[in-house]
Amino acid sequence: MSAAPGRPQPYGAMAPDVESFAFTPENLEEAKKILARYPAGRQASAVLPLLHLAQAQHGGWLPKAALDYVAEFLGMAKIRVYEVASFYDMFNTEPVGRVQVRVCTTTPCWLCGSDAVLRAAREVLGCEPGESSPDGRFFLREFECLGACANAPVLWIDDDFYEDLTYERAKAVLESVVRGERPTPGPQSGRKGSMPAGGKTTLLEVGE
Amino acid sequence: MPKLTIDGELVEVPPGSTVLQACEAAGREIPVFCYHPRLNIAGNCRMCLVEVEKMPKPQASCALPAADGMVVRTNSPLVHKARKGVLELLLINHPLDCPICDQGGECDLQDLTLFYGPDKSRFKENKRPVADKYLGPLISTHMTRCIHCTRCIRFLNEIAGVEELGAVHRGEHMEITTWVEAALSSELQGNIIDLCPVGALNSKPYEYRARTWELKKTESVDVLDAVGASIRIDSRGNEVMRILPRLHEEVNEEWLADKSRFAYDGLKKRRLDVPMLRKAGKLEPVDWKTVLAAVAERVRATDPNRIAFLIGDQVDCETMVLVKELAERLGTPHVECRQDGSPLGTRPRAQYRFNTTIAGIEQADVCLLVGTNPRFEAPLVNARIRKRWRRGGFTVGRIGVPFDLTYPVQDLGAGPPTLEEVAHGWHSFAEKLAAAERPMLILGTGALARPDGAAILSLAHRLAESVRLVREGWNGFNVLHTAAARVGGLELGLVPGPGGRDLAGILDGIERGEIELVFSIGVEEIDPKRLEKAFVVHLGTHGDRTAPIASAILPGAAYTEKNATWVNLEGRPQRGRLAVFPPGEAKEDWRILRALSEAIGRTVPLDTLAQVRMRMAELAPQLGEIDRIRPAEWGSFGRAGPVDPAPFTSPIRDYWRTCPISRASSVMAECSALAAARAREATGTHG
Ligand code: SF4
Ligand code: FES
Ligand code: FES
Repeated sequence: MSAAPGRPQPYGAMAPDVESFAFTPENLEEAKKILARYPAGRQASAVLPLLHLAQAQHGGWLPKAALDYVAEFLGMAKIRVYEVASFYDMFNTEPVGRVQVRVCTTTPCWLCGSDAVLRAAREVLGCEPGESSPDGRFFLREFECLGACANAPVLWIDDDFYEDLTYERAKAVLESVVRGERPTPGPQSGRKGSMPAGGKTTLLEVGE
Repeated sequence: MPKLTIDGELVEVPPGSTVLQACEAAGREIPVFCYHPRLNIAGNCRMCLVEVEKMPKPQASCALPAADGMVVRTNSPLVHKARKGVLELLLINHPLDCPICDQGGECDLQDLTLFYGPDKSRFKENKRPVADKYLGPLISTHMTRCIHCTRCIRFLNEIAGVEELGAVHRGEHMEITTWVEAALSSELQGNIIDLCPVGALNSKPYEYRARTWELKKTESVDVLDAVGASIRIDSRGNEVMRILPRLHEEVNEEWLADKSRFAYDGLKKRRLDVPMLRKAGKLEPVDWKTVLAAVAERVRATDPNRIAFLIGDQVDCETMVLVKELAERLGTPHVECRQDGSPLGTRPRAQYRFNTTIAGIEQADVCLLVGTNPRFEAPLVNARIRKRWRRGGFTVGRIGVPFDLTYPVQDLGAGPPTLEEVAHGWHSFAEKLAAAERPMLILGTGALARPDGAAILSLAHRLAESVRLVREGWNGFNVLHTAAARVGGLELGLVPGPGGRDLAGILDGIERGEIELVFSIGVEEIDPKRLEKAFVVHLGTHGDRTAPIASAILPGAAYTEKNATWVNLEGRPQRGRLAVFPPGEAKEDWRILRALSEAIGRTVPLDTLAQVRMRMAELAPQLGEIDRIRPAEWGSFGRAGPVDPAPFTSPIRDYWRTCPISRASSVMAECSALAAARAREATGTHG
């Protein structure tokens, strides 16, 4: 996954609430491109990508002004946008830290040690799940299955998945993120994608 | 047409029906919460489960299309078990506060729990807390009671056309809210109180005032606009506790506009409850005898040609019969029921009626609005237009000031010049009307109550002729009245007789001292400064606009306090019934006029309500047939002449305060202030 356009880097303190919101010129271009993907009269379908764009632009959460802006942009009733934004856990409608750190704690990840990942996140970020770090830069929360169970346990930071974690690996990933770096996403165990952890067991004759 | 077997009985239902409708056709009662025949199907409460052969699980019948050959069981052990299960789950988070809940006694959840509910809870965890929401001065919320049927949301989206309520969050955390804690802006919002199957949404003004079973229920009609919605007046002792809609498919379906529902506190405030006479410049309470004698003496001393009768907006037909009889006996031709000054004549009748009928709107395919804002003038007519628009294939054009009517409107222009263009066929919309199968025109009284009103009416007539609004089995010419009394007055012919003065003539006459004595029969919408030079005898209910300048006050009965007839804008005579008695010494209006005629020495020989109604049927036979509309004859009307290009405006600026009752209501005052603040916000002109 590539970073969404317009994501500010490096990360500062928590984004403030604002009275008014508008897309930056680059994001406006992007929004128009997104809108063009949908047939005429069906612009409301673009609400999810536009909310992602707005949330990325504003630094991790959607103030009411941004929700209203998206509603107006798409010609929908505001309440319909509020419903969508509150439905999905990926959108934050209250001020939270800019970097979204989500730990999957659903059964497969939990069996594979998500407790340890969560402990690492607590220690490195200095906050409990559902809270932002004291410096306001990070927002930690538990998440339901991220759909990457084959590489459990999984940590989802902004747009990137970090997989095959242990306490140490999670800690290393998070510490580097705190330093403002972006470690390579994907399995942290050295395996490729979700290939068998102990090496190939089928299709052995196919070359690397 | 699919044939189904319901509990062993074969039924045939129209294609497109649901299994639930088929069950109802077979006479089975299926318990529901979310399903409502006038709303889109949501299928989220699961209360309507039935067993369908060959389907592995119980099915939600409200959302299941009826198919040929289905075998349905509504009464099997499985169905009972399923419903019990659903109800137990619904009750898990529902508080046990029926004893203090306003819905108690008329609650679907309570009723169904009686049949399917568990007698004790197996749920040991904490119930889910939900903060109550602010929805404005009309609706109070108890959101822990909400069962998420979404009827309220669907009503506002679909029928009211005001998307302000939604369901936010998800699953167990779902909440019904505006999100922004702002008052709802719809003038039909009160209906969601009726729709809510539990006690989550309640009437704020009625909250904790009474229990449903101690209320006396009186079936009546509403007079706060000219629609004549069917209502039920719930009273306790001599107090109106609340007003609810009654089903009348042809008029209000099952809805009621908020002013009609919530203005009733105005019935208890600022009432005229004792006769008064002005002595040395001050109104003083006197007894009936004194006031009638004083007025009679004044009448006898006045040349009948200097006496005028003006009729207000909520006057009933019985009272108007007495006015007509009295005026005739006095010999005054100056009788005027068109308080707004519109130039509508009494013949042909089609010129002042809503001929298409309210239900007929659903048959129309093109509609032209002229000088009207139906959303404020008749919210239920507007709801019908919206209902028609939602079905598709319907165009609405408007000549008048733009205003959001909850459906798209093509704006053609603001004033008479555009109407001229359409009437002469120079405008493309004229072709649209002519080409339509069932075109309709709605002429607002805002377009008529102006100096060039007669010319506008004539233009409207010309338009009607040129695009053939009146065809075989269809009359597309409509006047949208705002006053409940107007059509009745015109049917009874309460307009100036030969040599009589119309409204402008009477007001000028007062100015010039040619009219000395004015009977104001519930007149409240005329600038009192124009009346004050005359000796004004005011028969009214409220200390509103006219009472302060009156010389004699005869306290009358409000619409909830008398048995009386009103004719709605379609020309449909309807009966209102007495729910409570008039306050203090106030009396039924027709009796007051009857007594006055005797005091004057010109007795109108109508002693009982039955006699008055008999006379009414003589004067206007069509008023004898309650709830039936006798189609009106078509003909020519209006008076061609020059028109003023000034834009048409609606007679209603402030929906919430349009009559003495709503102006006395503090609930309406609150709504009005909110609406004003919202308008300021929208135009960005704070302060
Ligand atoms: S508030 Fe009432 S009508 Fe609205 S969803 Fe809840 S239970 Fe249904
Ligand atoms: S359970 Fe964690 S990704 Fe599926
Ligand atoms: S009534 Fe069928 S699911 Fe609610």
